[in-house]
Amino acid sequence: MANRITIEVARYHPAHDEKPGFDTYEVPLRKEWVVLDALNYIKDHLDGTLSFRWSCRMGVCGSCGMTVNGVPKLTCATFLSDYAPGPVRVEPLKNFPVLRDLVVDTSDFLVKLGKSKPWIIRKVEKPLDEEYLQTPEELDAYKQYSMCINCMLCYAACPVYGLDPLFSGPAAIALAQRYNLDSRDQGANQRLDILSQHDGIWGCTFVGECTQVCPKNVDPAGAIQQYKLTATTEWLKALVLPRGGT
Amino acid sequence: MINPTEYVPKSYHARVSTYWWLTRWVYLKFILREVSSVFVAWFVVVTLLQIRAVTSGPADYGEFQRWLRSPLLLTLNAVSFFFVVFHAVTWFNLSAKAMVVRVGGKRLPGIAIAAPNYAAWAVASGAVAWILLRG
Ligand code: SF4
Ligand code: FES
Repeated sequence: MANRITIEVARYHPAHDEKPGFDTYEVPLRKEWVVLDALNYIKDHLDGTLSFRWSCRMGVCGSCGMTVNGVPKLTCATFLSDYAPGPVRVEPLKNFPVLRDLVVDTSDFLVKLGKSKPWIIRKVEKPLDEEYLQTPEELDAYKQYSMCINCMLCYAACPVYGLDPLFSGPAAIALAQRYNLDSRDQGANQRLDILSQHDGIWGCTFVGECTQVCPKNVDPAGAIQQYKLTATTEWLKALVLPRGGT
Repeated sequence: MINPTEYVPKSYHARVSTYWWLTRWVYLKFILREVSSVFVAWFVVVTLLQIRAVTSGPADYGEFQRWLRSPLLLTLNAVSFFFVVFHAVTWFNLSAKAMVVRVGGKRLPGIAIAAPNYAAWAVASGAVAWILLRG
């Protein structure tokens, strides 16, 4: 294995660039290095002005998502050696405004996430000294969706979100589903009112790439299709039982 | 103090290219799957025309068969057949994503959801082949 690899990094400085360009660096190619290590090497030894986000370095915080050779990846979980002999092209996550270099503006996702009400909603809270017990099966029903780390790789992979920024997007819907399927939650109707609108679940055309790029096997595409099924059943119920449906 | 929700820094917004679906094979596959619906619709039209030809007598049906044998129609129907198979296979495989079936608390694997679709397809095709080839 050659001991160096070329890495092309997207650069954008809001004060003097009209649009992003690329800078090319040579970094050591080490077996145990991930793309994030290469970026940190550049920042420490070659160009201290390079900006990018990261924190945990272990696929947990969800802040190091970038586009590596065209595909959304967690850079702390993407080995450099998989791209040998190179070059490796690192760009910011697609479909988000770029603030600087590899840093994107995540506000839109955060607003959408809030709209899905990703928390447990109770009609009546139990007294503080009572527990909400759950069986392993009940936990299993939503556990997969609870693994989401808000890394937004799914948004970067979703052409629908790219073309229609109003679309709620994969993770926000998967997280709504995470709470809908939680036996302790009673807020499914509130979420359905928001997400059954045109820009919610029905915006999804099932490209399925969100599921492919998700580093946590959340399967947002599956969550959205299942949500569509629930919404249709609820709609039918309301049609047949206009008063009786809850 | 700057209110963080009001402070909007300058940022670069890339436009999605009109040809975004050519940038990755997975996107192209998605577009082909969507386009396949047109060919499914075409086969429905052919079937309706066939029913009309059958019901309006042997002369019309003979004419219809000659039309089907023209090189243009043969090519179009060969391409349509490929797309209809592609349509069926991709949607059968995706059906497992939309449906969660739990047996004894465990989610059934995708193959168990897709398999009955394939089985029904095979049975229906077998039945049609039997009706057509019988005489
Ligand atoms: S669903 Fe997966 S890809 Fe999307 S934000 Fe959550 S962890 Fe990331
Ligand atoms: S640095 Fe936390 S997920 Fe990569």
